[in-house]
Amino acid sequence: MNNKPIDTIIELSNDLRWQIGDDFHDNLAEGIYADAAEIVKGSVHTDQQQKQFRLDAKIDKIITSKTFGFPLMFLILGIVLWLTIIGANYPSSMLANLLLDTIHPALKNVASGIGIPWWLDGFLIDGVYLALAWVIAVMLPPMAIFFPLFTLLEDFGYLPRVAFNLDYLFKKTGAHGKQALTMSMGFGCNAAGVVATRIIDSPRERLIAIITNNFSLCNGRWPTQILIATIFIGAVVPKALSGLASVGAVIGIAILGIFFMFMSSWALSKTVLKGEVSTFNLELPPYRPPRFWKTIYTSLIDRTLIVLWRAMVFAAPAGAVIWLISNIHIADQSIAYWMISSLDNFGFLIGLNGVILVAYIVAIPANEIVIPTILMLTVLVTGIAGGEGAGVMFELESASETGNILRAGGWTLLTAVNLMLFSLLHNPCSTTIYTIYKETKSVKWTSIATLLPVIMGLIVTFLVAQIWRLAF
Amino acid sequence: MENKTKNACDGCSQYSAKGLKKLGVNTENIDFVVALAGNPNTGKSTVFNALTGLRQHTGNWPGKTVTRAEGAFEYGTKKYKLVDLPGTYSLLSTSQDEEVARNFILFGKPDVTVIIVDACRLERNLNLVLQILEITDKAVLCLNLMDEAKRRNIHIDERTLARDLGIPVVPTSARFNEGIPELIKTISEVANGSIICKPHRIKNVPDNINKAVQKLSVEIEKQFPTIPNSRWIAFRLLEGDSHIINALKTGELV
Repeated sequence: MNNKPIDTIIELSNDLRWQIGDDFHDNLAEGIYADAAEIVKGSVHTDQQQKQFRLDAKIDKIITSKTFGFPLMFLILGIVLWLTIIGANYPSSMLANLLLDTIHPALKNVASGIGIPWWLDGFLIDGVYLALAWVIAVMLPPMAIFFPLFTLLEDFGYLPRVAFNLDYLFKKTGAHGKQALTMSMGFGCNAAGVVATRIIDSPRERLIAIITNNFSLCNGRWPTQILIATIFIGAVVPKALSGLASVGAVIGIAILGIFFMFMSSWALSKTVLKGEVSTFNLELPPYRPPRFWKTIYTSLIDRTLIVLWRAMVFAAPAGAVIWLISNIHIADQSIAYWMISSLDNFGFLIGLNGVILVAYIVAIPANEIVIPTILMLTVLVTGIAGGEGAGVMFELESASETGNILRAGGWTLLTAVNLMLFSLLHNPCSTTIYTIYKETKSVKWTSIATLLPVIMGLIVTFLVAQIWRLAF
Repeated sequence: MENKTKNACDGCSQYSAKGLKKLGVNTENIDFVVALAGNPNTGKSTVFNALTGLRQHTGNWPGKTVTRAEGAFEYGTKKYKLVDLPGTYSLLSTSQDEEVARNFILFGKPDVTVIIVDACRLERNLNLVLQILEITDKAVLCLNLMDEAKRRNIHIDERTLARDLGIPVVPTSARFNEGIPELIKTISEVANGSIICKPHRIKNVPDNINKAVQKLSVEIEKQFPTIPNSRWIAFRLLEGDSHIINALKTGELV
C-alpha cells in the first residue's frame, strides 16, 4: 500500500489537534454524556420511590463502614473457613477409606496376581496412584465446599465491597485498589489470581499485584495449614477449645499473609516499582440474590474440577519422583536419605528439618502433596513402624496418629509453627510460576515473584526459630 | 382458555426460539460473528451462556471476564460465533481488558455487535453504547436486568429508545432466560440484513471539533472509500492514538 496519503492524513490530524486545543478529550466526553442524557430523558421514566435502592445503600453503609467493615469481613472469612474445615472432614475420611484403604490394596492384589515386577508395581501403584488418590481425598472435599461458598459471596456482590474496604490500605502501600479483588481470587488459586490482575490498568500496579498474589493462601495450602494446626496448635489448649484454636491459627496465618502482601506491596512501590497511585472508579454493583443451585453447579464444574484436574496432572509425576528417590540407592542409602541429611542442618537453623525441605522441593509442582511427602519421608528416616514401605505415600487413620509419627520424627510446636509459616511464605507452585511468566513475559519479574516469598519465608522462619529457642 | 393463549404464544415466531441450537465451543463453519460488549457487570456472560449453552463462570463484580470467550449457536440455517468481550466503561483503551474489547470491535469486524446494558443504569451505560455506535453500524441493544428495573419502578420506552439510537432494542432478563428468543431473532435479522441500522452519531460536539472531524474524515474516506467509521477514526487521530495511527499505516482497518 502506498503510505503517502496516510501520512498526509496523519499530518492533517496533527495540525488540527493544535487548532482544537487541549480540551478535545473532555469536550468529546461531555458531548457523549449530553447525548446520553437527552436520549434517556426521552425514553426512561422513573417512579419517585426507589425502595430497593435504599435497601442496597443501607446494607452498604454497614458492610463498608469504618467500624464494622473489617470485623464483618473477618467474620465472613471465618465462617467460610469454619464450614470448610469442619465440613470437609467427613467426606475426606470417606474418600480416604475408599481410595487408600480399599482400592489401593485391591490394586496391589491384582498386580501381584498378574505378576508384574515389584519396581513397576511400586512405581505405578505406590507412587503415581497413591499421589493421585491422596490429592483427591484431601483436596476435593474442601474445594467442593470452599469454591461454592466463595462463588455465592461473589454472586451476591460482596467482593467489590471488600475491595472498597481495603482500597484505603492499598493506596497507602502504593498499590491499586483493585488488587483486593485479585487477592481474593488468590485465596482460591494463585494462578487464577494472577490472570485476574488484567483488570488493573497500570503496568506498575499490575506487577505489584502479580508478585504479591502468592501471599494469598491458596487452596493447595489450606489443607496443610488445617492439618498441622489441628495436630499441634489444637493440642496445646484444652480439648473443648481445640477446634476454635485451630481455626484461629489458620485465620491468623491467612491474615499474616495479607499483612505480608501489604508490606511487600509497599516495599516494591517504594523501590523497584516506584510511581503514582492511579485512581479508578469502582462500581458497587447491586446486591443480587444468587441463583443458588446454578451457582453451586457451575462452581463445582468450572472451578473445583478444573483445579482438581490440574492438581492430579502434577501430582502423578511427583508421586513417581517420591517413589524413585526413596528406592534408588547410592552407597547403601536412598537418594531421599542423602538429600534429607544434607539439608538437616540448614533445616534446623530455620526451625524446620531436612524432611520438610525435601518435601517442598519434591512438591513444587503441587503444594497439595507436601504433607503426605513429609509423612512418608519421616517414616523412612526414623524407621518407625506404621509406614507401608519405602516411597509409599500413606494416610493415617486419625490426626493424632499423624501427630505421633511426626513427634517421633523430632517435631515440636516450633516445627509446626514454622511449617505453617513456610507453607505461607514460599515459592508459588509451578503452574502459578508459568502463569506469571505468561502474563508478564519477563524472566526477571517471574524470578522476583518466585524468589521473593522464599527469601521472606527463610528470614521469617529463621527469626522465629532463634527467638523461640532463646525464649523457651 | 389459558392453555390456548399459551399455545398461541408458543407458536408465534416472536416467542419461540425453536430454530436455536446451542453449539457450545464448536465454532467451525461459521456464517456470522457476533460480539457481546457492554459495561462491566451487566450480565454479558449470562447472555453468552444462555445463547451458547456454555457455562462460563459468571460473577457479580466488575471485571470478571478479562479475556474473550468464544462459543457458538445455530439459528435457522445459519451458524453464529459469539464472542464475549471484557466489560468496559468506554473504549479509550488504557487497560488490557479494554483494549481487548476495542480491538475486537474495530479489527475483528463482527457482523453484529450486541451491546448489553443495565436497564437500571441506562444513562451511564450509554456512554459506551454511543462510542460503539461510532465504530459499527450493525448493532443490537440488549436492555438487560429488566427484572431489577421493574423492581425499582424504572420504565423504559423501548421504541423511543430504539428510534433515538437507530438500532433495535431488546429487553431481557438473561438470568431467567426472558427475552433471549427475541434477542436471537433480532441478532439474526441484523446479521442477514433484514434490519438495517441507522445508528445515532454523537451530536453534542463543539463546533470547532466538529469541523476538524469533518475535514479529517473526508480525507480518510477519500483514501479508504469503504471504511464505515471514518468519524470515529478521526476522533482517535485527533486524540493522538498511536495504535490507530499504526493500524492506518498497516491497512488493518480496511
